[in-house]
Order: sequence, then structure tokens, then C-alpha cells
Amino acid sequence: MAHNANHAVSQGHGHDHDHGHDGHHDMEALRQMGFWLFLITDCILFGTLFATYLVLHNNTAGGPTASELFEMPGVIAETFILLTSSFTSGLAVLCMHKGNRKGLIGWLIVTIILGASFVTLEVTEFLKMIDEGAKISTSAFLSSFYTLVGTHGLHVSVGLVWMIALIIQLTRHGITPVTTRKINIISLYWHFLDVVWIFVFTIVYMMGVM
Amino acid sequence: MAQHQTHSHDSHGEHESHGSLKSYVLGFVLSLILTAIPLIFVLNDIVEGTAANVILLATAVLQFVVQLFFFMHLREEKKPRWNLMALILGLVIVLVIVLGSIWIMGNNEVYQ
Repeated sequence: MAHNANHAVSQGHGHDHDHGHDGHHDMEALRQMGFWLFLITDCILFGTLFATYLVLHNNTAGGPTASELFEMPGVIAETFILLTSSFTSGLAVLCMHKGNRKGLIGWLIVTIILGASFVTLEVTEFLKMIDEGAKISTSAFLSSFYTLVGTHGLHVSVGLVWMIALIIQLTRHGITPVTTRKINIISLYWHFLDVVWIFVFTIVYMMGVM
Repeated sequence: MAQHQTHSHDSHGEHESHGSLKSYVLGFVLSLILTAIPLIFVLNDIVEGTAANVILLATAVLQFVVQLFFFMHLREEKKPRWNLMALILGLVIVLVIVLGSIWIMGNNEVYQ
């Protein structure tokens, strides 16, 4: 742990993909694990929101029910878009480990575009629902629905801002051990959001329209 | 493509957990299939009721496992498997919260 501040030697390290252990390597691995622990706590956050939704989803208070409200074509599109973006963020990581900065930034941009399309579709869907009178205050079902799906959408939006910031860092510093760790982390975050969406899609939408 | 894919040395820490193009493509294809199955079966009303719920939850959990293995490289983690242990602890907490809430609140509705 004594060499944890030696980022000065970091330049060019990631390019030739060597296995040299020069101290910071372990520290970056530890930081990555710290992020994994954050993801587990985020899992618990979504768990509580899912629990709330599952308990309240029949309490529609005379308002619209799930099967009346949800329109599957848009949701199916969102699902495949997010799934594809999870894949492209993985391709970005692959490019990074080959020292291909252009490929890395390119795939990150593709991921951002897909993520932005996802958020746009979701916001459009929400606005349409609100327009039809299905507001967050209409019923316990809709309160829990907007909280759960909205929290996921917020996570995706934060991820988009984060990826743009990382692209700026990549153009300035290149692929260093520090940016490598950051890209690994955002990729984990993005896969995690896709996993959460699978359960939103299954439990909220599919079971809702069944 | 193929120059760094053979990570046979266990001593190289996280360097073995990049995955390869092959594993990413495989994971992506499996995820697409596991998303298509519930869509085809449930939206066309081929199955209904409990069977539909089982198919929905089973494909969701399978896709979760696919993402963990092929995208998040959980299988390639070296010992001690802290990430896996933390994940299991988190999943136990999530399951207790979700199933416990459904159980307790379900009873509340019955006894009201």
C-alpha cells in the first residue's frame, strides 16, 4: 500500500497491456471493489423500491391500472436499446484493454447515444401518461411506479453525464491506470443499470400488462 | 482480436477479467434470446397465470446471471471472491425486503 500515490508513472501503462505490478495496480483494483460495494447498496435501494411497488401495484384508487396504461412497443424498444448499450459499453472496455483510444471513445459515444434515446423514450412515455391523467399523485400504484422507474431513469441520466466527463478525461490524459479504472467502473455501473431494467421490464411492465 | 484473450495465468489480478469479444457477443445474444422468450410467450398469450409468471421470472434471473458472467466477469474473479460474497449478501437482503414485504402486507390485506 506504500506506493498508492505514484500515478506519475502511469503514462502509457495501459497501451502495451503489460502485467507489471507497480503498486497503483492493486490500489485501483481496490477502488474498483469499493465501487462494486456501492453497486450492492444500490441494489438494496432498488430492492426497497421494488418491494414498495409490488405491495402497492393493485391500489389504483379508481385511477388507471397497469394494463390500461402501459404501451408495450415503446417499452420493448427501451429494453432492446438499453441491452444493446450494455453490450457497446463492454466493447468500449475491450477497446481500452487493447490500447485503442479511438475505439474506446467511439463505443462510449455509441453507448451515450443509445442511453440518451432510452431516457428520451422514457420521458416521452411519462409525459404521455401524465397527459392522460396518470399523475404521480393519482394513486399509490402510480406513486410507486414513478418512483421506481424514475429512479432508474435518473441513474441512467447520471451515467450519461459521467460518460461525457470520462470522454473529456480520455482525450486529455489518454488511457492511464486511473482512466482504465474509471472506464471499468462506468461499464460495471452500466451493466448494473441494464440488470435493474430487466427486472423493471419483467415485474412492472410484463406482469402489469399480463 | 485474439492477442490478449488467453488469460491462463491466475496471478495477474484483475487483468484476467477483461472478457473477450467472443464472451461479450455470446452474452449479448443470450440476453436477446432471454428477452425475446417472455415477449413471445406472454404477449401472444401462449401461456397464462402462474406459468407465465414462472417464465417471466426465470428468464429475468437467467439474464441477470448471463450479465454477471459475460459482461461483469464475476466468474473470472480470483480468490478470495469478495465481489461474489458481497453480491450474495446484497441479494439476501434484497430478497428478505421484497419477499418479506409481500408476505407481511399480503397478510394485512387479508386481516383488514
